[in-house]
Amino acid sequence: MKDFGYTINKDRQINFDRTDKWIYEYLKKHEPSFKLCIGCGTCTATCSSGNFTDFNLRRLFTLIHRGYKLDMKDEITKCMLCGKCIMVCPRGVNTRNIILKINEVIENRKRKK
Amino acid sequence: MNFDPFVIPFLTGLSFLCAVLIFKYAKWFIKLSREHKFKLLKWIFSHKIILALKEIFLESLLHRKIFRRNFVLGYMHASIALGWLLLIIAGNLETKLHSSKFFNMPYDPVFLKFFVHERSGIPIAAFYTFVMDFLLLIILIGIGLAVFKRFRSMLFGLKRTTRLKSFDKIARYSIWLIFPLRFLAESFTSGQYNTGGFLTGTAGHFFAAVLPVDYLSYPVWWGYSIMLCMFFIALPFSRYMHIPTEVALIMLRNFGIKTNKIYDGITEFEVNSCPRCGICIDVCQLNEVQASDIQAVYFIQSSRENKKDERKAFNCLLCGRCENVCPVGIEVNAIRITKRKQLVFDNKNAFNFLTNGSTEKADVIYYAGCMTHLTPAVKSSMCRILDEANVNYLFLDKDGSVCCGRPLLMAGKIEAALSLVEKNKKKILESGAKTLVTSCPICYKIFREEYKLPIEALHHSQYILRLVREKKITLSNSQQCVVYHDPCELGRGCGIYDEPREILSRTSQLVPMKNEKNNSWCCGGSLGDFKLSAEQKSEITRDVLMEFMAYSPEIIATACPLCKKTFAKYGNAKIQDIAEIVLASILKEKVTEKKVEVLQ
Ligand code: SF4
Ligand code: SF4
Ligand code: SF4
Ligand code: SF4
Repeated sequence: MKDFGYTINKDRQINFDRTDKWIYEYLKKHEPSFKLCIGCGTCTATCSSGNFTDFNLRRLFTLIHRGYKLDMKDEITKCMLCGKCIMVCPRGVNTRNIILKINEVIENRKRKK
Repeated sequence: MNFDPFVIPFLTGLSFLCAVLIFKYAKWFIKLSREHKFKLLKWIFSHKIILALKEIFLESLLHRKIFRRNFVLGYMHASIALGWLLLIIAGNLETKLHSSKFFNMPYDPVFLKFFVHERSGIPIAAFYTFVMDFLLLIILIGIGLAVFKRFRSMLFGLKRTTRLKSFDKIARYSIWLIFPLRFLAESFTSGQYNTGGFLTGTAGHFFAAVLPVDYLSYPVWWGYSIMLCMFFIALPFSRYMHIPTEVALIMLRNFGIKTNKIYDGITEFEVNSCPRCGICIDVCQLNEVQASDIQAVYFIQSSRENKKDERKAFNCLLCGRCENVCPVGIEVNAIRITKRKQLVFDNKNAFNFLTNGSTEKADVIYYAGCMTHLTPAVKSSMCRILDEANVNYLFLDKDGSVCCGRPLLMAGKIEAALSLVEKNKKKILESGAKTLVTSCPICYKIFREEYKLPIEALHHSQYILRLVREKKITLSNSQQCVVYHDPCELGRGCGIYDEPREILSRTSQLVPMKNEKNNSWCCGGSLGDFKLSAEQKSEITRDVLMEFMAYSPEIIATACPLCKKTFAKYGNAKIQDIAEIVLASILKEKVTEKKVEVLQ
């Protein structure tokens, strides 16, 4: 190969085709208030489970929004459904139903596989 | 033996009904849990059966609860149910008198007038004729009211009535027709042979004068038999299934058998005991914010059809207002939770991350609860009150709470909930305390029902009242005008109505309200519901607040941090927990004491 004195950088594109929004789509359909989340983190600040683990509702919601593939199964069951988050959310997101729905969608997909 | 082909439809219907009932009840019996089967066998031959029979008479026949609610509605039910039963009994006795035999065919009493015309020589025949006519008249009036109710339900105190399925319609129209046809058939035959009592005899005379009764009576007897057949066939698939099932349910309930966390045989008996009277519809607050289709009656109907309707299961405040008015006493909330259990994914190992630290020793444990952590004024008032009373207490969840488990239980995640119960229970017992006090009615309910603690569990309103009575704290009356909102979980949930009221009447002017105690509203914030949007919830809350404001209170008092937090979002009025009011009252008393000292 001819040496031009410089090389071409490796491809650094982010592959958007890989983002997988199925959980997002499912939640959007079954609990539309999911779209209202602004990622403010109030829910996480008050979370009963967050007090004992690194369980973080805001992070979870944001990652689902972005279509990250996550292993959420063990994460989401940490929620005690205590309802503090729903009482403090400034946007009226129905967090408790979203949590049940995430649980449901993961279990259903696991079963289909 | 008396026989005519027209008894065949009646006999067919009756045998079909018996077969279906035996099949269904056997199926549900098998589905009962072992513990329940054991209870059934243990109690069925005991004194409890007498209590059960008494209740069956009062509720299934006299319909006492419906009478209390609305006289006309009660009369309608009692006349049809009790009237029909008496008609069957009297008819059977009459038949036995006629034939002077002990055994008779099941159709004999039903069609007696067709077969027997010669009554001379039969003892007290006139009396029986009178009784039978009288009972028939009572039933006819009941049926008349039922027909009228179909078109004018407001007369019976019902704004909304239920929608019906096809089998219900068949059963309903046949029951409407059975007794008028019986009346016509008996009258025609009476007209033919110049017999009958004050009702059928008189009508018979009249009909014989204007109609060709000789030709008409036979087809009408056929019609009567066919209507009975249709009613019997439709019964097990219609709401009239409640007639035999309610009897069985009352029996089972008297033996201490109740739906508990799983949908099993007893739940089947419960859902099939619902006559779909619709009394539960109007009391539900969700009517005001969405189409009415999740109310107890609709939910029970869908359970009865073995459906797993997610919205009907999860879209409900579990406030218990429907349960409170249900004349059959169906435990709708418990059933709804079993349905939720079928729909969610449960995980009993979810909370293994909770490690057990050491617990300090104390006499009393104060467990604020998650919701109380959202209302800091409540927990700080409680701590202050406990300090003032010199109680040696431990604030168990001072640094953030582990949830009590009730919200998980309400969501149907029973295993997960019970694992939290175990974890909390261990901590509570380690402290060696004799008393557990909580500020949250949600926690209080599960402490009472699931924790099975060897120590006493109290809601703070009970504990504060005890402190007052033991003169550990002294209250002064501010004369402020206060209304008290009964939280669902504390009031209907645990039956605590009087303690908070007694405290409030010592601290302020307590104004009674129209909808209070077991008729109190839900604040709208209930953790029972999973489907309402924030707007819908706020609508419920605003409606309730508006009603409170009509009493122009200076303070709206409640005894639940969740209610307080929910109301506080929208109310301009001062919303306070009992603990806050009590603390203010203690402090005021102290100031007055000091003033008195200075003056002396
Ligand atoms: S509090 Fe509400 S808006 Fe904020 S991150 Fe949580 S869910 Fe989203
Ligand atoms: S309901 Fe779950 S996510 Fe929300 S505060 Fe409670 S434990 Fe945290
Ligand atoms: S649940 Fe109770 S109140 Fe409601 S329709 Fe059935 S019997 Fe009537
Ligand atoms: S529990 Fe309350 S919200 Fe649910 S159906 Fe009954 S009255 Fe309506």
